[in-house]
Amino acid sequence: MYAIQTEKITKKFGRLKAVDDVSLQVEEGEVFGLLGPNGAGKTTFISMLVTLKKPNSGTGTVNGFDIVKNPSDVRKSIGIVFQDSSVDDELTAYENLELHAAMYGVPEKERKKRINEVIKLVELSDRINDVLKTFSGGMRRRLEIARGLLHYPKILFLDEPTLGLDPQTRKHIWEYIEKMKREHKITVVLTTHYMEEADLLCDRIAIIDYGKIIALDTGENLKDMLGGDVITMTSEYSAKLKNKLKGLKWVKETKEHDGKLMIRVDRGERKIPELVNIARENNIEIKAISLRRPTLDDVFLHFTGRTIREGEASGKERMRTRVAAMRRRR
Amino acid sequence: MSNELTAVYFMWKREIIRFFRSKSRLIGSFGMPFFFLAIVGSGLGGAFNLPGMQGNYMGFIAPGIIGMVVLFGSIFSGVMVIMDRQFGFLKETMVAPVSRTSIVIGKAIGGATTAVIQGIIMIFIAMILGVNIMLSAIPLAIAFMFFISVAFVLLGIAIASTMEDMHGFQLVMNLLVMPLFFLSGAIFPLSGAPEIIRYLAYIDPLTYAVEALRHLLIGYSEVSLGVSAAVIGVFLLISGTAAVYLFNRIES
Repeated sequence: MYAIQTEKITKKFGRLKAVDDVSLQVEEGEVFGLLGPNGAGKTTFISMLVTLKKPNSGTGTVNGFDIVKNPSDVRKSIGIVFQDSSVDDELTAYENLELHAAMYGVPEKERKKRINEVIKLVELSDRINDVLKTFSGGMRRRLEIARGLLHYPKILFLDEPTLGLDPQTRKHIWEYIEKMKREHKITVVLTTHYMEEADLLCDRIAIIDYGKIIALDTGENLKDMLGGDVITMTSEYSAKLKNKLKGLKWVKETKEHDGKLMIRVDRGERKIPELVNIARENNIEIKAISLRRPTLDDVFLHFTGRTIREGEASGKERMRTRVAAMRRRR
Repeated sequence: MSNELTAVYFMWKREIIRFFRSKSRLIGSFGMPFFFLAIVGSGLGGAFNLPGMQGNYMGFIAPGIIGMVVLFGSIFSGVMVIMDRQFGFLKETMVAPVSRTSIVIGKAIGGATTAVIQGIIMIFIAMILGVNIMLSAIPLAIAFMFFISVAFVLLGIAIASTMEDMHGFQLVMNLLVMPLFFLSGAIFPLSGAPEIIRYLAYIDPLTYAVEALRHLLIGYSEVSLGVSAAVIGVFLLISGTAAVYLFNRIES
């Protein structure tokens, strides 16, 4: 049995297809990442899996239960950490966790033990009786992760678990996720628009854009799919340079972007001198050159012609992110 | 089933914890009613005697002011659903494996408990200010307060379920709560009011709560206790149905 399985699932908002015909399977015990710019449909996809939104068409199962016909059993099998805070500010950490445990049917005798257990995992034991108003954003997020684990879910959904957190807290949260996978064999589905996060944590990554899955594989395979190295040359005349490289056999792919020319080649370190020569012959001034292995962002660029960060900047989505950011600040 | 009851209990408990934790809000909620009773009650009381009114003016408006405290407390706690939505907590309750009806019931009973506590405190304040309260009737008065309060919390939940953000909050307070209060016959006798005001008062559910409290605590009323109880019952049924229906429809 798959932990999650969807079959041509679609969700429309008016004419906009937020999730478009997505079919995928998530194996039990794996950490599965949905990577894509804000507004790509990640949160909508997860909302359907956690039964908060109903799909317009298509079906899906979570832990073997149908997400439309059997939402109650789905809810019992999963833990969720939302993108925006969903704790009660005026209750203490303990009270928040106790309320959750009770609502998820954790027997009264076991509640205290489990609360202590999960709060220890996220290293907040010393703050257990403090009102959440006094918690920082990072501490809240950690508490929410603890809360998501309280009822021993089979599958944990994390929607942008590290959005807006400082690098140190982010690292902590990555450690918890790895620990959960290791010690509890829990299936984790997380969305992120940080490629290094997806790369580091996920066994498999689905790259999602405009509601469609455009690539799905392990991070390594996705990067190997492109192959070779990426040479980035910065120049005012990058378009001209791109033209000059046309037709060269050893150039696999060129993408011009924001005054930068990205050139995909094999054995990049040997190609740099040649590229410099070509530039000099054509009187093209080069400001900088760098060489690196392809990243997931290159994969995204390869499939969509945009970088993930740019994908975020398209009009409507930019609004949506801003509204979300405002909500978080409040 | 027992899981649903647990959810009701914990939603109730949450309201109680939040109520006692925010002391400034608690004390603040008595400001307006206290001044109403102490200043308007005694100030106007010395100036005139209204037709259709027995005893002094402060005694007349005391049940009205107690009703006001219950009304404000109830609507406020119902409308807090908007705050829950804004701060995200609503989502936590929406995905829990319990029915939303249980959540509504827990919230309503919890909100009503806190509103009734405020009402009881107001009864004592009235007594301290010199109003003659019939002590033996207090238990039955509490029962009335509780039912009207549950109904108003449910009304608040129903309204809040249709609202996206806090902007509607002021609207509710000014266009719903204030008219409900002023039309209820809390501060003037209905029998002496112009016809149109009287008819509006008869469709205001708070009128019947005020009348019932006046009957029980002060000893006279223009509407009989039985009629008040019946109207409050019907109102409870309507607001309950609306709250459950609208709350179940929230998409987050």
